[in-house]
Formats: sequence, structure tokens, C-alpha cells
Amino acid sequence: MNAPSRVPASSKLIPGATGDWEVVIGMEIHAQVTSEAKLFSGSSTGFGAPPNSHVSLVDAAMPGMLPVLNHECVRQAIRSGLAINAQINLVSTFDRKNYFYPDLPQGYQISQYKSPIVGEGEVTVDLGEGESIVVGVERIHLEQDAGKSIHDQDPKLSFVDLNRSGVALMEIVSKPDLRSSEEAKAYVTKLRTILRYIGACDGDMDKGNLRADVNVSVRKPGAPLGTRCEIKNVNSIRFIGQAIEIEARRQIEILEDGGTIDQETRLFDPSKGETRSMRSKEEAHDYRYFPDPDLLPLKIAQAEVDELRAALPELPDAKKTRFIADYGVTPYDAMVLTLERESADFFEAVAKHGDPKLAANWTINELFGRLNKQGLAIEASPVSAAQLGGLISLVSEGVISGKIAKDLFEILWTEGGDPRELVESRGLRQVTDVGAIEKVCDEVIAANPEKVAQAKAKPTLIGWFVGQVMKASGGKANPQAVNDLLKRKLEI
Amino acid sequence: MSVDESTVRRVAKLARIAVEDHEVAKLKGELDAILAFVEELSELDVDGVEPMTGVTPVSIRLREDAVTDGENAERVLQNAPAREGDFFVVPKVVE
Amino acid sequence: MSDLLDFTFADARKKLAAKDFSAVELTQAYLDALEAGRGLNAYVLETPEVALERAAASDQRIARGEAGALEGLPLGVKDLFCTEGVRTTACSKILDGFTPPYESFVTEKMRAAGAVMLGKLNNDEFAMGSSNESSCFGTPVNPWRKTGSEAALVAGGSSGGSAAAVAARLCLGATATDTGGSIRQPAAFTGTVGIKPTYGRCSRWGVVAFASSLDQAGPIARDVRDAAILLGAMSGHDPRDSTSVEREVPDFEAAVGRSVKGLRIGLPKEYRVDGMPAEIEALWEQGAAWLRAAGAEVVEVSLPHTKYALPAYYIVAPAEASSNLARYDGVRYGLRVPGRDVVEMYEKTRAAGFGDEVRRRIMIGTYVLSAGYYDAYYVRAQKVRTLIKRDFETVFADGVDAILTPATPSAAFGIGENANASPVEMYLNDVFTVTVNMAGLPGVAVPAGKSADGLPLALQLIGRPFDEETLVSTAAVIEDAAGGGFTPERWW
Ligand SMILES: [Mg+2]
Ligand SMILES: [Zn+2]
Repeated sequence: MNAPSRVPASSKLIPGATGDWEVVIGMEIHAQVTSEAKLFSGSSTGFGAPPNSHVSLVDAAMPGMLPVLNHECVRQAIRSGLAINAQINLVSTFDRKNYFYPDLPQGYQISQYKSPIVGEGEVTVDLGEGESIVVGVERIHLEQDAGKSIHDQDPKLSFVDLNRSGVALMEIVSKPDLRSSEEAKAYVTKLRTILRYIGACDGDMDKGNLRADVNVSVRKPGAPLGTRCEIKNVNSIRFIGQAIEIEARRQIEILEDGGTIDQETRLFDPSKGETRSMRSKEEAHDYRYFPDPDLLPLKIAQAEVDELRAALPELPDAKKTRFIADYGVTPYDAMVLTLERESADFFEAVAKHGDPKLAANWTINELFGRLNKQGLAIEASPVSAAQLGGLISLVSEGVISGKIAKDLFEILWTEGGDPRELVESRGLRQVTDVGAIEKVCDEVIAANPEKVAQAKAKPTLIGWFVGQVMKASGGKANPQAVNDLLKRKLEI
Repeated sequence: MSVDESTVRRVAKLARIAVEDHEVAKLKGELDAILAFVEELSELDVDGVEPMTGVTPVSIRLREDAVTDGENAERVLQNAPAREGDFFVVPKVVE
Repeated sequence: MSDLLDFTFADARKKLAAKDFSAVELTQAYLDALEAGRGLNAYVLETPEVALERAAASDQRIARGEAGALEGLPLGVKDLFCTEGVRTTACSKILDGFTPPYESFVTEKMRAAGAVMLGKLNNDEFAMGSSNESSCFGTPVNPWRKTGSEAALVAGGSSGGSAAAVAARLCLGATATDTGGSIRQPAAFTGTVGIKPTYGRCSRWGVVAFASSLDQAGPIARDVRDAAILLGAMSGHDPRDSTSVEREVPDFEAAVGRSVKGLRIGLPKEYRVDGMPAEIEALWEQGAAWLRAAGAEVVEVSLPHTKYALPAYYIVAPAEASSNLARYDGVRYGLRVPGRDVVEMYEKTRAAGFGDEVRRRIMIGTYVLSAGYYDAYYVRAQKVRTLIKRDFETVFADGVDAILTPATPSAAFGIGENANASPVEMYLNDVFTVTVNMAGLPGVAVPAGKSADGLPLALQLIGRPFDEETLVSTAAVIEDAAGGGFTPERWW
């Protein structure tokens, strides 16, 4: 393997006793393909069913049962390949990976070893502050998931549930292009975003629908690649970061003590904050891959690829670029807004109603903030895009102030309703009538002679007066008008 | 090509078939005989020949994505040598 | 009632339609014959209740004028076919007590056509063998004996039970399977007719797998016409088998009696193997002469890679078998021998459950797929397979319609006679038949003469892909010319 050419910023290096170390990371992501039925059988992929209920005779590997490939899973893999600008292989084959395990009923996993359906592609990953990297993807292949062994029900027995057995997975194999835990987390986040955009994987890591095998090695900058360890089945983005940090430090310590790294499979234990060897399970792995004779080579027509390409939704990178260009939002805001397709759609629906920057601000800070706090998805937002858009246009038109807008948002969130009607019915309309505002200003000035005297010496005190006026007006006064009036009246 | 006894044991292990010590020599002899028999193939020049991937010259048939099966745990479990409720049961797997 | 057993398929069908006797009567006659013929060990399970129930239903359908193609005809089913609610073991201890909750495509089709199942027929364990001596139920006995001898002979294998039962009139016809000659060789040994259809003609769904790329179901029957009728009922597209072809099933029976005038019949010179017994050689020449007399043109052809077929087969078939048989692990069905841990359970279960020949083939298959040997053995063997198939394509492209060869290198041998023979010597039984499986072609074995000892000898015809009709027409010509006499004298 050639050492990748990218030179990491020194800030990504890990200092050690013998100088700086560079960590090199590659990932194999297992993403559950979104489909109704399994990869090779007609049983359901639904989550949380009673044990062994989503199991066909094929999934249970009964004698004489045969696999038949699910067309939708093929389409999903092609879509995923197209979304990362990858080569789609019009001919691919399915191979058997042979090993024994109680949750592997056939005694082999059907996978794509020699000729995967998707070849090389790439993912652009934003790292913030204008920095982005391009991570190479080696391949994407389709394969079967295994069932589940449950070990904690009985001291002497393991229980086997085959509900997941045969569910379609895409294994997305990256090149060793990542140089820090931050990069790795950003890569997984971006990949997840892309897969969710195209509907190929729901990315639900809690359900194990997206999990990562992380290959970690360390080296002195510029040196050849070090021996890598594979950390299996890490199932949250936070854990991916932790596992990499911990594993890199472990390897550096060994090397600095004059030791060598054993190439092996390790397990990350978040509760202990360590990775540990799975060597006990390792014994003479020899998977004896060979083409599955039950399945002929998969041939895809170019026309089908073209059709799927044409039907792809706008992808996050393109959407982000367009948001910056069309709406004038900052790159950071554009990134946040395009993280989920639904959020981006929501923002665009809001932005139709008024100033896009105001729309971005309200969508990100008020709405996303509130949704996050309550653990709600955008689809479950109590405030619709039309409502938030209505609110924005009221602000843009100067009908309500920012302060009132927040109150209005609260009403929309808890009670709902039409923003414009609410402004009328609850008397929230901003007072721009100078006469009315002047009256309140005069009252405040008259009631606070000492402050007036102080303000002459310290003009910033005007803020205090504005606050008092706003308060007295129930927030309805136009703050700009109040400010102008007070300046004149206080002669500052 | 012939195999040694440790290979016989390794292959038996991979195939998950217990082999008694006294069987190893006999198995080695049988495997050697078969390997000698197939040795004839090595005299053939197969450079540039595509390995066969399917005797029928057709593409794989694809299934539509619809749930048409499952939802009958009893059918899946009724032949199980051991079960606990609707789970299959095996001696504890040590991870 | 024993004369009821004399009717062939075609005759019995007419008599049933004419109500000369009922399906129940015919079935009862066979059930009586089964009982009397138990010494032949052809059946591993008799299902009289199932048979009589189905026969009664057949009589009702006949009375209503709704008779199917196989209505009321008592048949036997090789124990490799899964039969719903009826124990299916592939004659292996590892499938001890297995009762499938499903019916194979082929037997389902036959059942739908009105066939009556008498029981399950003996075979070599997992169809691995050429003498049926590897069955866990013991070896079926060939109803034929050498002139003046009472020594028990094998009925061939792996479909020895099917062949013995058909020859001894313990059923009207039987299902069988052929991976390297397992229909044609036992048919040859018993004076019956066996057709191995083109790969993809009969669905493999519900047939216990041996070697997926070679396995094919087919009929064994008393004469060519019966075999043709049965083949028609077994054939057809099945969406549950990815290798099943979507093609119309021709009326094979209509091909019986069709002229062979003008057909080009090839005699491959490479089949003139060293040490071929003179009587086999003479039989082959006789067959050619009959076809010439019937107006066919007989030409010498060359299939240069013939001698590599058997060695290549003994790599490909065990490799696929080693993987196909991995599912027999004692977890979901069949035999389980307890162990301290799951690995020991696997190892003990599989050691106790598989017989010597099966274990040998799993070991060889595991070895040739293992790291470092895969290319040298498996890939090379699959390349040789391409060459073998090309040989046939060249001959057929030159205008040859069918190829005539001996079916077996000898007549039936004694049970236990080859007990001290090496496995490889036993493999030579398939030398003439195995090429057909390697190339996925159709083949038929038809009795054509007798050995000096009075045992039946057969010729094989090999056809173009999906041209079983030409094989049926040509085999019928040989059958006619041979003039019958292939019913064994009853001694049991
Ligand atoms: Mg992997
Ligand atoms: Zn994988």
C-alpha cells in the first residue's frame, strides 16, 4: 500500500516522548440498506420484532433453500455509489465468506469480495473554518447481516435470534485518508448525511443501522504506514472519536517503549475507555471466499444507472454551494442547514417568506436549538415552515420586533396558530407611531431625573433608557425609533 | 501436492469436524490420493481462460422489494434440537 | 393384483381414465409390492397413509374429469427432495428426524399434477457416491443379479433407491438428482431410463444441495416415454431459484417416436478410454449402428478436454459441498451432539453426523478453497470447466445434434466389492457422465444391451442445452432397437 500523499497540519499530530506522531485511519462502514425485505429473501427488515419472526426458511438456511437478490437493494447500492461519484460496476459477483458462528445460519455470509457493485469514489468532508478534505472510497459492496446472539440471558447458554439474518448491508470501505479522530468523525457524519439524503440508509446508529470498523495505525510524519489494528463495530460517532484517540495513544506508547504493533482485531470498551484484543476469537481465519454458485453474476444495464442518476436528489455539497450563492448564508450556516435533507427543505420553505439570512438565523438558532433541546426531529417540529416563514416576514416588514418575535415563536411552539392573526389578536404589533412612542419616552425621562443627569456624562446609559421604554411598551415599540427619540430628547 | 498431518488437522478444524488422532493418518492418505488424482489439471495451459461463473448464460434474476415471507417463528423453530421460547439455544459463546 | 404393476405410466393413465381400476387400487398394489420388496432397501421411509389419501383424492378428481398429467400415478421420491411434513434426511445422520415444513418445487409440481407419493427413496449420503453405499440407511440392492449368482449388486448411486425401486416395480417412476452422473449411472445399472435435464430446467428449490452449480433433478422411469412424461411434470421456471430458466416446457412425450433421420450423432473419440471392456465398446458400436440404420448420420467428434473433467469435478463439487454443508451445525435442525462450548458442539455434531465419504469431500473442498490453494485448484478447475463447455459448443456448432457415449465403464458391481478400493477408483464410475454436469448439458441413459453376465448396460446421449426433445427421440430409437427385456426376474 502506498503512503497517501496528504500532509496533515501539525495541529493534527499527536505529541509523544520521541516527537510528533501522525495517526492514519481508514474505515469500513456497515450501513443497513433501506428496504422492505431482506437482501435475498422476502422477510421483513423491520426493527424490534419478536425473536425469529422476521425469518424465512431462506434466512434460517433450511436445507434446499436458495437466495434470490432483492432489486431495490441493488438500486440502493447504485444510488450510494453515484452519490459519492463512484464507478458503478455493470458486472459484479456475489461470493461466499465461509465461517462458523451460531448467528450465521448458512455457515457463510454472502458478500461481494472480488467484484463489488461499486468501485472507487470520494467524499468531500468539511472540517469547519473553511477547511475541507477529500476522502477516497475504495469500494461499496452488498452483503448479508448476521443474526444476533444474546449472551446475558443464561449463565451457560447463548440465545440466537435470526431477525437480522440476511438484512442487506452496504460495506463502504474508505482509503486510509483520515488523519485525526475529528476527521474520522466528520467523515462518518458526512457519509451518513449523504446516505440519508438519498434514502439508502436511515443512519440510525442506536439501532446499529450504521456501524464502523476503524483501522488505526500511527507513524512518524512522512514515514511508511505503520501496522494497523482494526477496531470492530463501533456504533456511535462519539465512540469512533474516542476509540481512535485511545488506540492511537496505545500504539504510540508501545512504539515509544521500543515495542511493535501486532496486526489484530480489537474491541472498543467505552465504559473502560480502552480497546482490547479479540485474539481469542481470531484463531486461523481462512474465509475460503468463492463465487456463490446459487447466484449468477449481477449484470446491470447502463440505462438503469442513468435513470437512477437522473432521479437522485440534490446532494448536500451541491445544496450547500447553492445556499451560499442564492441565499447569501455563511458557509457554516449552509453546512448546518444541509446536514439533513429535511432541514434544508424546511429552511428553503422558510426563506421563501423573507430575508434568507434572517430565515437561516431563525431556523438554526431558534428552531434547531429548540428541537435539539427537546430531542425532536425536524419532521416532528411543532412549528411549521409556513409558520416560521410568517414570523420572518412579520419581522422583515417591521410589524413586530425581534423581542416580540421570540414571544410569538413561543406561542407558535406551544399553541400554534397563524402568526399574522396572532399578532393582531394578541396586540403584538410593533408601535411605530412616533407620537405614541414619544409619550412613553417622556414618561420614562420624567420618572428618572438622576439617570438623565448621569446619561449626559455617560452616553452608553441610553441603552438602559431604551430597555425601560421597551418594557413600558410591552416590547411593541420599534427599538430603532425609540433609540432615535431618546438621543434627541436626552441631547446625547 | 500432498498434505501433512498438521494440515489435515487444520482443515478439519476449519470444517468443524472432530478428527480423532488415529484417523489423521488415514485421512492424510485419502486426501493425498485425491490431490494426486487432480494433479493432472496442472499440465493444462489455462492462461487467459475465463473461469466458469455459471453454466447458464443468463443474468441473475431479481426480486421486487416486498415482504412475502417470515412471520412464522414456529415454522423456523419446530425442528430445533434445543430452544428457549422462540430463541434457538446454543452453549454459551465466549466473545 | 400384481399385474397392475406391469402397466407403464402411459398405460396406467389410460386405464385410470377408463376406470378399469382406481388410483386407490393401483396405489394399494404398489404398497403391497413395497412391503414385499423391503429386502431391497430401496425405500428409507414408506408413506402409505399419504399415498392412500392422495390416491383417494385422485379418484375424485378423475371422477370429476379434472385429472392432472400424473393423476393417481404412484411415484417414489428421492430422500434429497424436501417433502412437507414427511421426514427428509438426504440419508445422513446429520439430518436425523428433520421434517421440512415445506415441499420442494419439483415434488410440489408433481403433486399438483396428481402424483401419489409412496415414500422416500434411498440415496448416497448427500448424493455423494456411485454405489449408494454411503447411505446411513444401508445400501439398496439391485433387483438384477448376474446369471446364476445370488450375490447382491449395487443399484448405482447416488439415486440407487430410485433406480432399484423403478426396476423392481416398487413405483411407477421416481425423482432423482444428478450432480456427476447420479441419475444416469444407477439407471444404467438397473435397466431403467434416467434423464438429467439441462442445468436450470428443474428448480433446485427444496432439494438438499450437494454442489449447486452441478445439481439437477430429473426422472428415472421404466421407459423413455415415461421418463419424458415425468420430466415434463418436474420442469418449469421457479422464481425462487436464481438459476432456474424462464423457458417454456416442451411436450417431451411428443418427441417419442419422432424420426431421427438426418440427425448428426457424434461419437467422441476421447471416450474410447484405456481398458474399456470389450462388451462396452461393442455396445457403443451397436448403438451407433442402430442410429445409422434409423437414418441418422454418425460422425466422429473430438472433445479434447474430456480427461480433465473428472479431476476438475473432484475440485469443484467438493468445494461447493464444503460450503453447502456448513449449515448442518446442530443449531436449527437435525442432529446435535452436546459439547462444552459451541465449537466443540459443532465439531462433535459434524463428526458424528457425516459419514466417511461426506467428511472426505468436505475436507478436500475446504482444502482447495483455503488460502494459498484457491487459485491453483478451484480457479484452475473452473477454467478447465470453461474449456470442457467450449469443447461441446464447438461440436454442436459443427452441426452435431447429439453425442452418443457409453453410460458407464462397467455393469453393476457387487455390494462391498469395492470396499477396499480407493475413493478415486470409485470416482471413475462417473467418467462418462460427469462432463455433462460440468457443461450444464442434458443427458439421458437408456438401456441398450446386456453384459456377458446378463446385467443391463446402457448408452448415454448428450444434447444441446435445452434440447431434451432430441435426446428423447434418439433414446426411444435405441430403446426400440434394443428390443426390451429390461425387467429383472423377481427373486425378492
Ligand atoms: Mg470488514
Ligand atoms: Zn462486511
